[in-house]
Amino acid sequence: MKNKVKVSEVGSIKNGRRRFLKLSGAAVVGSGILLMAGCSDDDDAPLPPNGIFDLGTGDLGVLNYAYALEQLEADFYTRVVNNANFRSAFSENEQEVMTDLYYHEVIHRDFFKTAIGAAVGNDESLMLPILEFDYAGLDFSNRDTVLATSQSLEDTGVRAYNGAGKLLSDPGYLLIAGKIVSVEARHASAIRNIIATGTIDGSSSSAFAGDDVIDPVTGLGQAFPPKEIIAAAGGFITTPFTYMEQGVG
Amino acid sequence: MNIIKIMDHLSDSELLNKKGSRRDSFDQLRTLGKNLAVASIPFGLAATSSKTRAATMAMPASFMMASPTEILNFALALEYLERNFYQMGLDTSGLIPSEDQAVFAQISKHETSHVDFLLAALGDDAIEEPTFDFTGAPGGLNLDTFSNYQTFMALAQGFEDTGVRAYKGQAGGLIDDDALLTYALQIHSVEAQHASQVRRMRGEKGWITKSENTLPSAFDAIYQGSTPESNLTQGGVNLSGMFNSVGGDKAVTESFDEPLTMDEVNAIASIFIV
Repeated sequence: MKNKVKVSEVGSIKNGRRRFLKLSGAAVVGSGILLMAGCSDDDDAPLPPNGIFDLGTGDLGVLNYAYALEQLEADFYTRVVNNANFRSAFSENEQEVMTDLYYHEVIHRDFFKTAIGAAVGNDESLMLPILEFDYAGLDFSNRDTVLATSQSLEDTGVRAYNGAGKLLSDPGYLLIAGKIVSVEARHASAIRNIIATGTIDGSSSSAFAGDDVIDPVTGLGQAFPPKEIIAAAGGFITTPFTYMEQGVG
Repeated sequence: MNIIKIMDHLSDSELLNKKGSRRDSFDQLRTLGKNLAVASIPFGLAATSSKTRAATMAMPASFMMASPTEILNFALALEYLERNFYQMGLDTSGLIPSEDQAVFAQISKHETSHVDFLLAALGDDAIEEPTFDFTGAPGGLNLDTFSNYQTFMALAQGFEDTGVRAYKGQAGGLIDDDALLTYALQIHSVEAQHASQVRRMRGEKGWITKSENTLPSAFDAIYQGSTPESNLTQGGVNLSGMFNSVGGDKAVTESFDEPLTMDEVNAIASIFIV
């Protein structure tokens, strides 16, 4: 059962984007954060083979990669909170958590969209297009399957950002990635705990930071390269893209 | 005396370089002003005891980018603190209810692993473990940390949220060392998973809204700083008002965790370092 929906922009974002771009000119002066490597000779995006978008190289590639993951998360939670059974499937506390995750992921997605847009001078050929998704019949009215998918996405987000940090060369971008990954980790902890204990504040389980994702010997969380992340998360993404620099495509 | 003035004074190289015990530093500060309870927070910045090598190693006086070794020792000092805190909590009979033991045992296991990991990474460069006092007496506090579970939980939240901010603040200093940067990120996200859990057990959201918190006011600095958790400017752009349909500014602040500088973290940690 196909359930394909194009990600739609939230109403305020159009205005927001205009404002972002307008402000970014001034912002660049002080911060340098929005100065992109995308303009240098080394970082010219390769021509898309067969019209398939390539995420690009260097920091631009990482930003587009993060944008792809945030598009997926935002799309997923948009469907979760808009499902007709959302209020009956989840407790009030859980609804608050899922709604917060929806807010956060939409904010992350649109932040990347505007940041990348500003960084590449609004050259859409360098910016990952809006992706389409297919959840292979996932029942968004079923609490358990929604939570399991949510955990998978949040764990993936943590692994992805942890693995991508070293690919960034601009400290400003690294800081932003750091600001986001810990929020993804907070999400993962919450969803894991809901699944394990049945409540948001249950304390009977170590699953919030379980041995399956945090090495019990080293105490380290996971860090995966883009190739593995895209292989895993790509199952939900129907719009093809490549990330040649990282061996994808 | 306000904190800024004290910090200015502490940046005086004569004071910082003066050989002396921590108590000497403390007394020098005492002569500067009053209200030690408030002024105590940045005392750690002037720690000069040769005994507490941890304090001096972990607290570079300047605002220059720290070296990887300094960063790892800074992290080690925090992990020592957390390891010690949870071990004492778990060892205190009757403190942690049996139904919450699974959570704190898991957190404690991770903090112990982090200490071991950093010790291995640093080798001979590793600092020694400082002496901790979780009543906060070194910072002028008198907390019932190991006799009141609510206090213990509040400190756990504070330490975890501080840890997240601390690692985040140092990531840039490791940007040229892929392996160390990745390890730091792999610890950073674990601290965030801990923080989220303890926060929810305390009735807070797992994420940080503005700079709001339910900790004792002495710990406001954990959510403040030069880039407070309430920050709305990301990538040089003010996001305020841009996301009103998805939770507004509150949700924006929840969506981005913020860093603390090394000095800001040390000021918090020094409340508990003898």
